[in-house]
Parts: sequence; C-alpha cells; structure tokens
Amino acid sequence: MRRTPKDSAESSRRITRRGLLLGGAQLGVMGLLGARMRYMQVDQADEFRLLAEENRVNIRLIPPARGEIFDRNGRLVAGNEQAYRIVITREDAGDVDAVIDRLSRIVKLDPDELEKARTEMARSAPFLPITLADRVSWDDISRVAVNAPALPGITPEVGLSRIYPLGKDFAHVVGYVGPISDYDLERMEEPDQLLRIPRFQIGKVGIESKLEDNLRGKAGARRVEVNATGRVMRELSRREGQPGANLQLTIDHMLQNYVQARMGDDSASAVVMDCQTGDLLAIGSSPSYDPNLFVRGISVADYKALTENDYRPLASKTVQGTYPPGSTFKMVAALAGLEAGIITAEDTYYCPGHLEVGGRRFHCWKGGGHGHMNLEGSLRESCDVYYYELALEVGIERISDMAQRLGIGVRHDIPMSAVAQGLAPDKAWKKEIRGEDWLIGDSVNSAIGQGFVLASPLQLAVMTARIATGHAVSPRLLKSVDTVEQPDGRGPSLGLNENHLRQVRKAMYQVSNNRRGTAYSNRIAEDAFRMAGKTGTSQVRNITAAERARGVTRNDQLPWNRRDHALFVNFAPYDNPRVAVAVVVEHGGGGSTAAAPLARDITLQALYGDDPPLTAYPEKDRGRIRSQQERLRALRPADESSAKSRA
Amino acid sequence: MSYLEYSVQTTPSGPRKILYLNWPLALLLLAVASVGFLMLYSVAGGSFAPWAEPQIKRFAAGFVGMVLIAMVPVWFWRNVSGVAYLGSLALLLAVELFGAIGMGAQRWIDLGFIRLQPSELTKITMVMLLAAYYDWLPVRKVSHPVWVAVPVLMILLPTFLVLKQPDLGTALLLLCGGGAMMFFAGVHWAYFAAVIAAGSGLVAAVFKSRGTDWQLIKDYQFRRIDTFLDPSNDPLGAGYHITQSKIALGSGGWTGRGFMQGTQSRLNFLPEKHTDFIFTTLAEEFGFLGGASLLVLYALIIVFCFHSALTNQNRYGALLTLGIGTTFFLFFAVNMAMVMGLAPVVGVPLPMVSYGGSAMLVLLAAFGLVQSAHVHRPRGRR
Repeated sequence: MRRTPKDSAESSRRITRRGLLLGGAQLGVMGLLGARMRYMQVDQADEFRLLAEENRVNIRLIPPARGEIFDRNGRLVAGNEQAYRIVITREDAGDVDAVIDRLSRIVKLDPDELEKARTEMARSAPFLPITLADRVSWDDISRVAVNAPALPGITPEVGLSRIYPLGKDFAHVVGYVGPISDYDLERMEEPDQLLRIPRFQIGKVGIESKLEDNLRGKAGARRVEVNATGRVMRELSRREGQPGANLQLTIDHMLQNYVQARMGDDSASAVVMDCQTGDLLAIGSSPSYDPNLFVRGISVADYKALTENDYRPLASKTVQGTYPPGSTFKMVAALAGLEAGIITAEDTYYCPGHLEVGGRRFHCWKGGGHGHMNLEGSLRESCDVYYYELALEVGIERISDMAQRLGIGVRHDIPMSAVAQGLAPDKAWKKEIRGEDWLIGDSVNSAIGQGFVLASPLQLAVMTARIATGHAVSPRLLKSVDTVEQPDGRGPSLGLNENHLRQVRKAMYQVSNNRRGTAYSNRIAEDAFRMAGKTGTSQVRNITAAERARGVTRNDQLPWNRRDHALFVNFAPYDNPRVAVAVVVEHGGGGSTAAAPLARDITLQALYGDDPPLTAYPEKDRGRIRSQQERLRALRPADESSAKSRA
Repeated sequence: MSYLEYSVQTTPSGPRKILYLNWPLALLLLAVASVGFLMLYSVAGGSFAPWAEPQIKRFAAGFVGMVLIAMVPVWFWRNVSGVAYLGSLALLLAVELFGAIGMGAQRWIDLGFIRLQPSELTKITMVMLLAAYYDWLPVRKVSHPVWVAVPVLMILLPTFLVLKQPDLGTALLLLCGGGAMMFFAGVHWAYFAAVIAAGSGLVAAVFKSRGTDWQLIKDYQFRRIDTFLDPSNDPLGAGYHITQSKIALGSGGWTGRGFMQGTQSRLNFLPEKHTDFIFTTLAEEFGFLGGASLLVLYALIIVFCFHSALTNQNRYGALLTLGIGTTFFLFFAVNMAMVMGLAPVVGVPLPMVSYGGSAMLVLLAAFGLVQSAHVHRPRGRR
C-alpha cells in the first residue's frame, strides 16, 4: 500500500505514544523487581542467611572410644580394635545391585549381612552409608580400594570395634556388646543421641551392660558442611568426645583361665574369692562361649547352638544359677544351733540311718547310719540325721536368719547380669509365696540344704569366706573405675562366737584332712596350705518308688538332667584363710567325687598363683595331675608382651 | 519504506556502516554477557569448563553474527519476514513430529553443531512478521476487526504449537510479545481490554478444569502453580526450586558472600544453577549491589532499544526494535520474578547470562536486526 505523509505522521505519533507508555511500564516492572530484590536481600537478609546456614551445616557425632576393661594385673580383657568395614552409599552407587554383585566377586560377603543391609537401605536416606561387610580384613580392604573405580558408592571405612582378647574366659563376667536394636532404644527413656548412630555398640550383658554408662563415654561432635544431597564437603569445627572410663576387675586372668579350662565342657561353675577383701579372683561358668561372636551380631545358627545346648553356655551359673546347697548348708544349721545355745560341739545325736518326722521317713545318705555323732563327726562324715534332729530343736527361723547373716538368700551387689537372690526360706516366706503353712518336714529338709533352700555358687563362696573370717565379707568384682579404687569387701564382724566358728572350721578341716572325711581323697598335701571344706550333693528330685522298684538307686543310672548336683565349698589355708572357693557341678553326682577335686585344684592354683608343685597333691594323684597340668597349660592365653596396667 | 525512499536518504554505506552501529547497545550486551561468563565460571567451582568457555565462544560467534546481520539493510529483513516466520513454523512442526524427547517435552532439533529450539526462533520471527504486517497496513485500518484478526492468527498459530510441546512459559511469552506488537502498532484499547478479560476467564477455566477430563494443562504445570502460590507446602518436592532460590537470593545481603563464596550454589542446593537459576548465584555472591547492577544493565538495554525505536522514522525498524526490546524484557523480567518467587517456575532463562547456545545466538541475531534498523534508519530532514 502506498503510504501518505499523513498516514506516516499518524503512525509515528501512535508508535511514540504507545512505545513510551509500554517502555515506562517496563521500567516500572524493573523498579518493582529491584524493590523486591532489595526487600529480600536487605530487609530479610538475616532470615535467609540463617536458612542458608541450616541448609549448609550439619552436626555429626563422633563416637567416643569405649572404656577398656583390665584384669587385676592390668591384662586387657575387653578392648577396642580398629575395624574395617565396607559401606555403600546408595546415592553414589547408582545401580546398587550391580555394584554389590561386582563387590561380591572381589570380597566374600555374608548373605545374612547383605540381607540386613538391604532392609536398612530400604528405610534410610540414600546418602546415608550402609554397612555391607563388617570386620573386613586388610587384604579385602585393599582389594576394594584398588577396584574403587569399578565400585561407585562403595567406601572402606575404619572405626573402633570391641574385642575380647581372652575370648571365652571372661564371657560370663564381662559379657559383650552388640549393635543397638530398636528394642534397646524403646526401653530407654531418654536415649543418648549416640545411640541413634546405626549399629552403635552397647553393652548387652555382664559388666558391659551393667556399667554401660561408665564405659560409653561422651560423644564428640563435628560441624560439617554438607551439600544438597547431604554429602560432607568439609569439616568446619570439631569437639572431641570423652572416652569411656577404663575398668579394672578383681579377677586374675590366669586363675580365671585355669578355672575355665579345668571345668572344661562340664556344666559347672566355680567362684574363687579373697577371704579377707572379698575380691573375686575368679568367677567361672562352663561351658562358655566366645563373646566376640556377639559383637557384630551372632549368626542364627551359632545362636541356636548356644540356646539349645542343655548345658546352658549363655548362663552365668555362678550368679544366675541357684541350687539346693545340700550338705554345704550344714555349717549354717550347725552355727544356728551353736549360737542359739541349743547344742554344744560335744552334744551327740544318734543316727540309725533315718528319722521319722511327721509320719514321713527321712533317710540319711548312709543307709546303715552313722551311730552317735557330735558336731565334728556330723560335718566330717556329713551325717544327715544329726541335722534333722538339730532342725527339730533349732527351728527354721534361726536357720534362715543364720543363712542370711552368712550371705545366703541375699543379693550381693556385683555388676553381673541377673545376680540371683537365692532363698533362705522361713515360715513367713512360705505363707506369703506359696500360701501354705510351714511343715516340720520342711525344716528337716532345709537343715541339709534341700527343700526350698537355694544358693548360688557366689553365695556359697561368700558363706565360706564369712565362716573362715567371722567377718561380713562381701564380694567385689570391680577394683577401680578410671583408676579410682572402689571400696573393698571387708565388713564388720558377724558377731558370732569365735569358739563356735572355730569348732565349725575345725570340722571342715576334718572333712578334707581326716581319713574319714568325705573329701579326704581330694586333700591338699602341702602343710602350709591345708584346706577346710565341705562336700554337698543335692538332689534335683527324689528317686521315685517306681524307680526304686526298677532297681534304680544309683545316681548314674538316671538321665543327666535328673542326677544330683555336686557341690564343694572350702577355704585355705586353714590356719590363715586367704581364699574361699565354691564349686558346683550341675548333675555331676557326688560332691566328693565331682566337685571336691575341682575345688582342690582351683584352690591350689589360687594359692600358688601358678601350677603348684606336685608335692602339694596326695601321692596317688600326682601322675594324673601332671598330665592334667600339661593339658591345661596348653590352654593358657599367650603372654601379652605389651601387658601394661592402664587402669 | 521502500527502496526508493531508502536510496534518497543520506545513509552510510559500505564498511563505514560499522561506525553507525548502536555501539552503546552492543557494549551493554557485552557487559551483560560478561556477567554471565563470570557466574558460569563461579558455579563451575572456578573453572572455565564446562560452561564458561563454550559460552564465551558462542558469544563471540554470535556477536560477529549480530554485526553481519546489522550490515544487511533492514528492508531486506522486512522482505524476508514472512519466509522467516513460515520457516520457524515449519521447524516447530518438525519438533512436534520428529523432535527428540528432552526433559519430558519436545523442544529442540539437533542440527549437529547446535540444538536448535524453534520456539526461541519463533519469538523473533513472529515479531518480524508483525512488524512487517503493520508496516504494510495503513494506520487507519489497524483497529478494523478483519485487520486485527490477521495478526491474532499470526500469534496464535505458533503459540498453539509451542503449547503442544508443552512449553507454557514460551507460549505466554509469545502471547505477550505479540500482544505488545499490536499495542505498539496502535490497535484500539478495547481489544486489549477484551483480551485481558478473556484471559482472566481462561485462567479461571484452567483452574476449573483441574482433575476433569478436559484438563487444559498438565499436572506438573498445575503443581508448579500450586507451589508458586505456596512454596512451603512442598519444600523438598516441587517447592524446592523456589525455596532454595529465595534462600540463595536473600542470603546475599547488601554486598553478597563474595565471588565463588556462595554456599547455596556451590553446595548444589540450587537447581539448574547454571541455567534458569543463575541469577540467584549472582545475587548470593554479589548481593543486592550485584543483582541491582545487572538489572540496571538490562534497563539500559531497554532504554537504548526504545530510544532507537522512537527516533526511527522507519515504521518497520521502529516496530521491530520495540518488539525485540519487549521480548528481551519479558525474558529477564519473568526469569527474575521467578527466582524471587513472584512468578511460577517456568523454564525461562536469563537472557545473555544463562548457559545455553541457541537462546543466546537467537538473541544476538535479534539484536542484529535491531542494529540493522538503527544503522539503516532514515536520516536528514525529509
């Protein structure tokens, strides 16, 4: 179209007008943008700065080193080792399955562990590292490092993990740690933030659990800068944590090892206690297990093997196991009678082999009877009828009271799991718990440590130490916490007549050193270390009439779990008591045959602090002892060259 | 203006033309692009790779291209406007038919040396066509309904194709840019009032359509609008972009955290920090002073464009310059509003600064046209 000048002028005018208008509008919008920018960047700057800082900075915990545990001589019992593990970060891995597949061709991966890792992966953020393999060897770690380019998202990490260098020997005392579980967390009211770290190790049983608060230490923290995906870019600041307290036990690891080795695979337990201070020098339970298995989570098969074993390897029988103390309880009944003034040491009872009480016949272990028995004879030969008669006169209240004074039926405070209270029954107890009246027969049974009476090996050792010293010695397991010495177990005098105590001790001496004593064959031949003891054989159940009819009268004809428990308690040396020992062999048969040799060997080992010379043993035993010593020496822990007392 | 008209004017010719370029405008473009280089260098953690270096190269090539386009008389460009428009429509159809699938939407064609986004091109060719149209149409007819319908079709055709991709942001820019052209040309007020009323109705309809069979836009577009209206209800999901972008921008303060000290961008809290959200990095590292400076540079570009247009007696040149200037304005205004949380997150880059080849080349070509109009403006008294 041809344009007229008029048209051009009109067009120019319009364009100019509209252009100015819209241009002005555009400048206005820019002004608004500028104002908005100023508002955000100047007026609200602090607020956004804070948000940016929250984005950027993360607090990460530094787990403290767990306190170490030493024996009384400074030998490491529970320590920390550098543990290598292989972790995967899903976010970096990309195809997780392919990466794990590649990894499994380089390093052997445990399928259980993998399964665990997969469930963990499913519920955690993609940038959180998940452990694929724990406690990996250095070789494996280097292989992973070399192949790093082919393994995106896989990183080797180093951390501290618990190790028990003495393995089985201290399993029941120290217990073990394990990765914290949801169940553990639920039970706690205000869990330490440390416990939120996946797989953080906490004490599960034993000292590890009881003294968890001391051992754990305080978490350190580091402030780190993270990127949008949560990956740590650099560390901004760091506050070191406080390592847990080191503990020192009263246990002597060499003696402990001997006790465990000597008991072997029997279902037995033994306690060695310092008579004066109450220090537990050894407290062993067999069979035992390797606590290291639990540290990273035990396999189902291994765990099943432990729980389904009739010998109950997981139980600390020294404190958890309670047994009818049998004849080892006779000292309690005797002292109750003496203290009450009802008998004197010279008074005798006649033992025809049984006693009729309340229409029921109570047998002595010796069918033919012991004849006239005084205190000394009754303990030496373990006459039952003497104590039946005694119980009828003394009554259960005095016996129960004496038992508690000597440490039976009271819970001793040592930091082990499930320390049992035992039971020194009396009339009120039976009424309250069983809702039944006390029968005279109950008293009779109680006097020989049967019926309701229950004592743990620890309590038997305490009882023996108290009889040996006349003082209320209490057991002590913890020598020091972070070099602070804990109060020892010395106690005030029991307030018992010293004559009475001497008479009982003398009778116990005869048990081991008189030809007619029940433990004569398992005596100590070394004059300086003569021991005083008491055998005990406690029935798990009566031999039924039907069994008698079948001709079953002997213990070894019964199935294992119905056989008698064999017990032995002793202290030595007789004239200067240093150690008290209590041994229980579950379903072991007679105290004199199953428990006394064990107790004797352990006592000698404790007194000599090493393998005793063969001359300390009766002549006929020496050949057997020699080979036994050789066999057990092989089981000793290697010398810890760097054994140093840090506690 | 015709060739005859052109030839009687005293206009520069030959290499001398280069002296008649709108040099302030060219230098402003260089300055803005340099800000881009700096930021790309920063977000790469102090490295020319992978973004700053190719961006510099492309800018150099584009700048040369701009000067070359400026050397060609503007009436040539006017005469090819229709062809250019149809060409870009064809390309739009081509992406619709053969385009690679990228980011969930078909937007570009791989030409080997460059991934061409026809929608970028269309913004310019549409402005060219509209300018040519109104240059041809007598002023008294511009408000005649028939003569209004023609440019409306010219606008709606590419808009529809872009919307099909789907690229809501570009479609809106096309609508606004085309509308602005009609406004500049002097179309009667009433039309705009009607369109604005209809637009409001359409927005209402879009929201009404949500969840029904005839839903007009995609779900993700709805969600973007939702999070724009309230970013806090989805801080880690769709609102993440806006929230993090505002944090980065706001934490800059007056003077910023310093070059390469921006924690938000360096630690990857910012999404697409080198493309659509590059302004937040600038604002975080150089603060209000840095952000406002860039805004001033942009404002100066607009001012120079408008000045050039309003002093140009050539109707095509004036309309073209105004249209390109406005398109440029729409780009950066929408982008800035988006990162400040004033507009929904639509994929609009910050012009001349964001990393991206075709957008920058197309913009430089467009400014080549602006320069051509400037160089070849009628001079002297008539």
